[in-house]
Amino acid sequence: MSKKRSGSSRHDDVLTQDPELPAVAVDPEQIEAEDRRWTPAKIAVWVGIALIGGFAWTMLAIVRGETVNAIWFVFAAVCPYLIAYRFYSKFIGRPLLRPDDRRATPAEYRADGKDYAATDRRVLFGHHFAAIAGAGPLVGPVLAAQMGYLPGTVWIIIGVIFAGAVQDYLVMFFSMRRGGRSLGQMAREELGVIGGTAALIATLTIMIIIVAILALVVVNALGESPWGVFSVSMTIPIALFMGVYLRYLRPGRVTEVSLIGFVLLMLAIVGGGWIAETTWGAELFTLDRVTLAWGIIVYGFIAAVLPVWLLLAPRDYLSTFMKIGTIIMLAVAIVITRPEISVPAVTPYATSGAGPVVAGTLFPFLFVTIACGALSGFHALIASGTTPKMIEKERQTRFIGYGGMLMESFVAIMALVAALSIDRGIYFAMNSSAAATGGTIEGAVAFVNGLGLTGVNLTQEALSTMATNVGEESIVSRTGGAPTLAVGIAQIMQGVIGGAGMMSFWYHFAIMFEALFILTAVDAGTRVARFMLQDSLGNVIPRFRDTSWRTGAWICTAIMVAGWGAILIMGVTDPLGGINTLFPLFGIANQLLAAIALAVCMAICAKRGRFRVLWIPALPLAFAAVVTITASFQKIFSPVPAIGYWAQHTAFRDALAAGEESFGTARSVEAMEAVVRNTFIQGTLSIVFVVLSIIVITTAVLATVKAYRNGGGADTEDAAVPSRIFAPAGLTATPAENELEAQWAAVEPGKRPARTGH
Amino acid sequence: MSAAQVLSRARHAVREGVWLFKGVMGENAYQVYLDHHGRTHSGDAPMNEREFWRDRTDRQDANPEGRCC
Repeated sequence: MSKKRSGSSRHDDVLTQDPELPAVAVDPEQIEAEDRRWTPAKIAVWVGIALIGGFAWTMLAIVRGETVNAIWFVFAAVCPYLIAYRFYSKFIGRPLLRPDDRRATPAEYRADGKDYAATDRRVLFGHHFAAIAGAGPLVGPVLAAQMGYLPGTVWIIIGVIFAGAVQDYLVMFFSMRRGGRSLGQMAREELGVIGGTAALIATLTIMIIIVAILALVVVNALGESPWGVFSVSMTIPIALFMGVYLRYLRPGRVTEVSLIGFVLLMLAIVGGGWIAETTWGAELFTLDRVTLAWGIIVYGFIAAVLPVWLLLAPRDYLSTFMKIGTIIMLAVAIVITRPEISVPAVTPYATSGAGPVVAGTLFPFLFVTIACGALSGFHALIASGTTPKMIEKERQTRFIGYGGMLMESFVAIMALVAALSIDRGIYFAMNSSAAATGGTIEGAVAFVNGLGLTGVNLTQEALSTMATNVGEESIVSRTGGAPTLAVGIAQIMQGVIGGAGMMSFWYHFAIMFEALFILTAVDAGTRVARFMLQDSLGNVIPRFRDTSWRTGAWICTAIMVAGWGAILIMGVTDPLGGINTLFPLFGIANQLLAAIALAVCMAICAKRGRFRVLWIPALPLAFAAVVTITASFQKIFSPVPAIGYWAQHTAFRDALAAGEESFGTARSVEAMEAVVRNTFIQGTLSIVFVVLSIIVITTAVLATVKAYRNGGGADTEDAAVPSRIFAPAGLTATPAENELEAQWAAVEPGKRPARTGH
Repeated sequence: MSAAQVLSRARHAVREGVWLFKGVMGENAYQVYLDHHGRTHSGDAPMNEREFWRDRTDRQDANPEGRCC
């Protein structure tokens, strides 16, 4: 690879293009010339963006007035995103990935009109965004808000620019060059059997823990909330109806059925309010968390074995519809209402690690609490799944991969703003576990005021008024992030539409919005995990490979559901609180998956001989590895019971051995035994995760070193095929792209290889 | 710009928005398939709309798509 860039590559001989057709790629020199042409207007725009961003950061980080206006968060995020997209992501493209639009993508050379279909970049951006954005970026920032607004904001923005978006972009690009291969397959290919197997087991275990904790978030949001239980459970018949409608009545009318579903959903939310007020409704739909957890487990199993058309596909349409609509609505509402935020920039919990929401100091726990939105390993599974099979042109991966993740990061910033905009006393009352507050208003007030936070003076009235406003019996200890975010969204939205009288509607709208994502993630996750398990078991018992074998499918689904169900029940019944003990495990799992994905990417880059820019994946990999391994070690070895699972385990076991009847927040022997059991499982999982990822990272480092010694390694890309279509790379077409598009439009329709679009 | 021009631009923008939205929701999948079929299999008849959507969900049954957290 001695040749310098300027677009030439070792495939030049293969990539000769049809002389009958206009160019399929903009000349790389022309791209470079356009990039380098700095007109005064262009300079002024970028200087302006930099100045606004810089000013916003000054307001957030240096001025730190009594209150900060939320609009600064928007500018502090959007300006760096634009700069990073324009400069850093282009930089990643040039020396490291070298996308070549003369090469056909899998969507072109494998086109089947179904799974492999070249899709307009803007449409695919929407698809990809809908697939990666879920409840994660909504929940993590809420929990991390206890450390103040600054740490979370800094990490979300810096993290996405140098880690999260880089990971998504690299994985998508490498998968696209390999015909859309999955992360697991790439890991096996690049890291060998040991690394590949460790990556597979890690992925499976991580999926179980992620589904479990997402389900726990829903259970916590719906527990003791008849309104929420009614409206969220109505999504099941609504989805079934949509499924039947699409299958038998009007196949393919996706937008139409989504609109119908949306109207029914709104009715379910409004109806939930009426039903919760009747005595029979309140009686029927007030469910305790354990019952709800069992409900979700049964539901999860049924949903994962039912045919996709009946439940999963229609609910996915509904969830996509709600996702896009609500996110746009929230962004507009934040800009219109511009709430004032009175949370301090950094609270003492950042350094003491004694925060009641999630225990642990800023380093490393901030970086695992906020996973999605800054760096999410789960995205690597999506970016190496459907999306790379639908990309039209190689250079579009920057817009879809890097740009899509920036968008998700912005969702995380909005969630943070929403959580920060609510009263701090209420925030802590909602997010401290029932073990701390006793679950009562009196207990919550005593606990929160006893935290000694400056400027916080919570009253019982404030709590009960807020509960009445949002249509709930109580908002004390509604942990998990979702209810807090819902209160924040309700507060912002009522400022735009409806006023205080609509707050309860908006609260339940937000709960519904989150529950929809999570339920979709729960059964999609269970299905994906079931297929992975079947594939792995197939190595031992070949029959399991046959995914249409019902018994095998049921057994594997049952195993997966039992896995996450056990952790869910454990979280719901945990005498120590649940979310605060389990959420770090969620973040650690997600970041370890990111470390695995980045490790695979690093090995690929090394094998391609790109050593001078190897730091692009190596830097985020090193950071993710240090953060998650430190966090795991603290969870395993810390002598502080609030942080270390084993310290907690030993403390409770010793107390039991000493014959004590209650210890800490566990008020009975059974509760103490439960803690001993739970911490054992959590501690063991921590060990499993950290060991597996150390194996994967080590094999990746070894592969990288080997490649360095040999000056490169085996090329695992699919053979280069010349492309016969053209499409612009970014959101809007550049002048050179416009010129080419015009040339293509002039080609006789009969001779033009069709691309999708309009 | 005349009123007619503004109106035609607005109509164009709305049509663009609807097209994008339908694309993101996945509504144009059948059209994509038909276009592809028309180009490559000139002989055999394509699936009809009902068959296509059935086939699509059946394929999703066999190749589950992850949804992110």
